Amino acid sequence: MTTETVEVTPSVEPPFESFGTRLWENIKGGNLGSAPVAIGLTIIVIVFSLTADNFFTPVNFNNIITQMVGTTMLAFGVVFVLLLGEIDLSIAYLSGIAGLVAAELQQPDSGHFLPGIWPILIALAVAVAIGAFQGSFVALIGVPAFVVTLAGLLAWQGVIQVGIGSGGPIIIQNRWINYTESYFFSKDAGWLIAGLLSAAYVGGTAASILSQRRHGVTIRYPYFVAAKLIAIPALAFLVVTISNRDRGLPLAGLEIIFFLLFWTFIAKRTTFGRHVYAVGGNAEAARRAGISVARIRILVFMISGFMAGVGGIVLAANVRSVAPGQGGGTLLLDAISAAVIGGTSLFGGRGNIRSAVLGAAVIATIANGLFIFQFSPGVIFITTGCILLFAVTLDTIARKRQAKTGR
Amino acid sequence: MADETPLLELRDISKSFGSVQALTDVDLVVHRGEVVALVGDNGAGKSTLIKTIAGIHGADSGEIIFEGEPVHISGPKDAAHLGIEVVYQDLALCDNLDVVQNMFLGRESHDFFQRLNEPVMERRTAETLKTLRVTTIRSIRQAVATLSGGQRQSVAVARAVMWNSKLVILDEPTAALGVAQTEQVLELVERLAHQGLAVILISHNLHDVFAVGDKIFVLRLGRNAGVFDRKTTTQDAVVHAITAGQPTKVSGITDGATA
Repeated sequence: MTTETVEVTPSVEPPFESFGTRLWENIKGGNLGSAPVAIGLTIIVIVFSLTADNFFTPVNFNNIITQMVGTTMLAFGVVFVLLLGEIDLSIAYLSGIAGLVAAELQQPDSGHFLPGIWPILIALAVAVAIGAFQGSFVALIGVPAFVVTLAGLLAWQGVIQVGIGSGGPIIIQNRWINYTESYFFSKDAGWLIAGLLSAAYVGGTAASILSQRRHGVTIRYPYFVAAKLIAIPALAFLVVTISNRDRGLPLAGLEIIFFLLFWTFIAKRTTFGRHVYAVGGNAEAARRAGISVARIRILVFMISGFMAGVGGIVLAANVRSVAPGQGGGTLLLDAISAAVIGGTSLFGGRGNIRSAVLGAAVIATIANGLFIFQFSPGVIFITTGCILLFAVTLDTIARKRQAKTGR
Repeated sequence: MADETPLLELRDISKSFGSVQALTDVDLVVHRGEVVALVGDNGAGKSTLIKTIAGIHGADSGEIIFEGEPVHISGPKDAAHLGIEVVYQDLALCDNLDVVQNMFLGRESHDFFQRLNEPVMERRTAETLKTLRVTTIRSIRQAVATLSGGQRQSVAVARAVMWNSKLVILDEPTAALGVAQTEQVLELVERLAHQGLAVILISHNLHDVFAVGDKIFVLRLGRNAGVFDRKTTTQDAVVHAITAGQPTKVSGITDGATA
């Protein structure tokens, strides 16, 4: 017994594991995270900036933000569904349904006119309810999500066509709906927002460091934390600087930031988020640990429906109307591609909320840049397709390597 | 030993699945600080017996006495509430989550707003691993996917121990492990007993059983086929009981003296 005291170390953790070591371990282990897409996006931006005169301009910067916001909203929901290891094919037309509901309710002389933001709220409630409905089939009965949401894809497309009828597109005059896509903050408001976000970030980090200290937990990678403390406020002010040279910071940009922060918080800092990752990683283990797998699944499909609804409002505002083809085209594939290109695994359990933003930014930037060069939509599809294939291949290789690294 | 109340005592446990009689009048006694090895051939009823204790399925007849009180275990939650934790063969860990996340899976420390309290969980994980002297894990923030089989088994065991458990049941903990890692896990099992926990170890491997088991319960065809004291028996005697043992009781309760 007396010799035991020698063995007791002050901490189970080795005193200091450098960030570089950890990074290298992660790369070896196939845990690439957002690094490939962040590098890819940087390269894309540099190439377009050097080759086109009118790409790297404040106007185009704001254009890309408003072009990507709809896809990004849907992609946030996709990330949750993919984390669970499921798929939701209904989101694009579900977004059309939300647009249709909102458009119907804001028609001034339709007999069911609602003022202000009520059309938006009710449209979102409908989208969440549909998500819960579809999720229940998956979670409670066990119908494969692919089939349930494929049925949704077909049915909601039909509902939009029947709902609009022969009257042609419904014009949207409700300014709240239109604001979601076309409102720009004044320059001062932009600076204020950048300041508030930076303060919140620095404050949040400080609080978490204090809490770690209080519990005697080692703070990992102090230099990395410090770098982020400088980089993120700098990025916020850089964005506002660029946007203010044009019309100002678009509300669409703030929507992206808001949902990015909100869903990242939910995914990483709450029990619900932890359980989503657990179910996606090993549903049986989650069940044995006492997690209600069905409840998690239904909630995730509700999130998917909700974000499809948010995206639907923004996309309807984008054209200021809802037409029979609302939610069609490449929206579904763009949203799923965005999440996957951003680094969220198709196999469940691995991924980040930010991959929705990064992936959507890649897709929107490529479409925007190639459009400036007057390439046809065909070329844009081919390029996006190649990038998607590349991203999924990377994910698959990463997964295989991860399985091999067990020492 | 004699005057101490056993932690867990099973009396005359019987269980059938349709026409198959899986367990017939099985007895089992486990004391605190004791490793009880449960051995038997495939189909001898080991898993069924464990699942009865864990509350996966109830017994048809018989009594379960825990800390001197008759108890009724009708679900895994009941078992956990009593302080009984099972580490299943397939571990039930989430590969994509790190060690801390797995240790607290389903029982995360959180505040009123469901916000996770990571520092508290990290601290407790580190403490638990330290108490069990699981020192080979480099970082408790690394994904379980990157751990070796022995380390994973250690995490699974540590998770079972962390929740003030009194009885830990290990189902074939060394089945998939190499020599060095088996050694690691067996040491861990001994340490659990030293800390006063009762351990039931199911194993096919008689080397493991003799390495750590204090008492060896043999099941054959769903019946007790002998209870051996490790110090006074031989592997041959145990093998004989496993393959050709006769039921050790007609009625009443057997004690450790039967063999």
